[in-house]
Amino acid sequence: MSDTPPVATRGLVKRYGSIVAVDHVDLTVERGDVFGYLGPNGAGKTTSLRMMLGLIRPSAGKAELFGRDPLVEGAKALEGVAGFVEAPRFYPYLSGRRNLRLLADYDDGDSRSLIEEMLELVELRDRGNDRVGGYSHGMRQRLGIAASLLRRPRLLLLDEPATGLDPAGMRDMRDLVRRLTGEGITVLLSSHLLAEVEELCNRVAIIRKGRIVYEGSLEELLATASSGYRLKSPHPERAYVLCLQQAGVHSLHPVDGELRFQADEAAVAALSIALGQAHVGVTALIPERASLEDLFLGLTEHPATDEQDAVAV
Amino acid sequence: MSSALAVARIYRWEIAKLLAQKRTYLGLVAAMLVPTAFVVALVVNTKGGPNDIPLGRTIRDTGLAVPFVVLFFMSIWAFPLITALVAGDIVAAESHNGTLKTILTRSRNRGQVFAGKALASITYAIVAVVAMATVAVVAGTIAWGFHPLTSLSGTKVSPAHGVGLLAASIGVYVLPLIGIAAFALFLSTVTRNSAASVVGALMFALLMQLLGVLPGTESIRPYLLGTQFDAWHGFLRIPADFAPVTRALWVCALYIAVPLLAGYVVFLRRDVDSE
Repeated sequence: MSDTPPVATRGLVKRYGSIVAVDHVDLTVERGDVFGYLGPNGAGKTTSLRMMLGLIRPSAGKAELFGRDPLVEGAKALEGVAGFVEAPRFYPYLSGRRNLRLLADYDDGDSRSLIEEMLELVELRDRGNDRVGGYSHGMRQRLGIAASLLRRPRLLLLDEPATGLDPAGMRDMRDLVRRLTGEGITVLLSSHLLAEVEELCNRVAIIRKGRIVYEGSLEELLATASSGYRLKSPHPERAYVLCLQQAGVHSLHPVDGELRFQADEAAVAALSIALGQAHVGVTALIPERASLEDLFLGLTEHPATDEQDAVAV
Repeated sequence: MSSALAVARIYRWEIAKLLAQKRTYLGLVAAMLVPTAFVVALVVNTKGGPNDIPLGRTIRDTGLAVPFVVLFFMSIWAFPLITALVAGDIVAAESHNGTLKTILTRSRNRGQVFAGKALASITYAIVAVVAMATVAVVAGTIAWGFHPLTSLSGTKVSPAHGVGLLAASIGVYVLPLIGIAAFALFLSTVTRNSAASVVGALMFALLMQLLGVLPGTESIRPYLLGTQFDAWHGFLRIPADFAPVTRALWVCALYIAVPLLAGYVVFLRRDVDSE
């Protein structure tokens, strides 16, 4: 069991009548990953997470956590696993502390002894005796984290943990996730906050209309974007000609008095030498890389995928 | 952790959750108000009374007779409603509030959770009946004293013996109520809607009562759930008639087992989706 991945889904499908909410999703989250699960609203992220946690039954395929299928092994498959899907929910008429006691009693082991520590961690100790019905959204999110950590998880599944938080709350949530991953906890983070994912995650999967359109390292994803450059010169016409003549420079086009093109680093270096030798001044030569947002939008709004999706649904 | 201990923990929390909700007390207060109002009405109006029902003629002889009379009245819709208020809500409310996903992603399996909820629903029904009987005896004793009870055979039994008969009667009276709780729990699991489950369970109980009074239903009457509310009459005969009690045991066992098993299977297999 030691080399089994924390999360592995194979051919995971969920249909609701004629709608395919999740369409043959294959995902592997390795130990130590901070895995970003990205997708627009309604893309199938939460449905996937529900199947991983055994809350809903797949129409086909399977999901395993550390090699154990929740549908086959029930709650045993969730050993070492914690998290929440959609917003964390609690009994509003019980206090935060009593909610945690209840959940600790739903766990095996010594969860109860961790309650005060977890309340302290999420800065709710002073409000622990207040009813959850009076908590703000952010407080409930933090209580959700505390409830998850009571289980001393090796895998944490978090569905939009920062949604609805104020900027300070989002920063705290990111810090907490960073700290947990530093302690060796694997995190599967479903989100549509791309800055959050870019900051925290080492690997990502992007889902669109139930299908995975990318899975791999974030670094590789960013590298797949063509490198673009902006060139500013007091002699744009001469610079344009030199760019045209330079091998490796392509997609050249003038925009607002500057030149934009794509090239690899060697070609750009050669171009700068050529410009210098031709006495063509350069006021700026700026590399531009596509952001995760650009890539995300490109992958999730691509017309080619629309046609495939239309067939799937 | 053993399965029994796990169910015991869940059961304890189900009771704690019920105690933390105001609506839980609504049913209990109603169960206690009915005998109180009944006694007050009979004290104020010294003539007449529930002469047509078992022990109705002797209700002013002893406070011990009051709970038996109120058992009859409350079996028609009051106790079924009180029972359904909790049993019909116990799963549906968790679905509606989204807490089902919270507890089903811990270390307890679905069967244990369902068992804890079923036990809590049954406990509530029993507590409501016991609360009614206690208040009825106290209120009746204040009004008319704690004297020997006249059995349905016309013989007098000592107050101590009467208390024993009351306990036995409650024991058999709660069986059809547990049947209604099981049906409400089934509806709560299937419909995921508290109102539909409570109303559905009450309609079921009323239908059972209605079938029992319709002409032409004599052959099925002994096997209707509503009929079993009268099984305790057997204890009040001297000598005791155990035939209706025995029948209530197996008939109610069926009315309990079928919806409970169906609800259990649905609960094990159901998707816990967004509500």
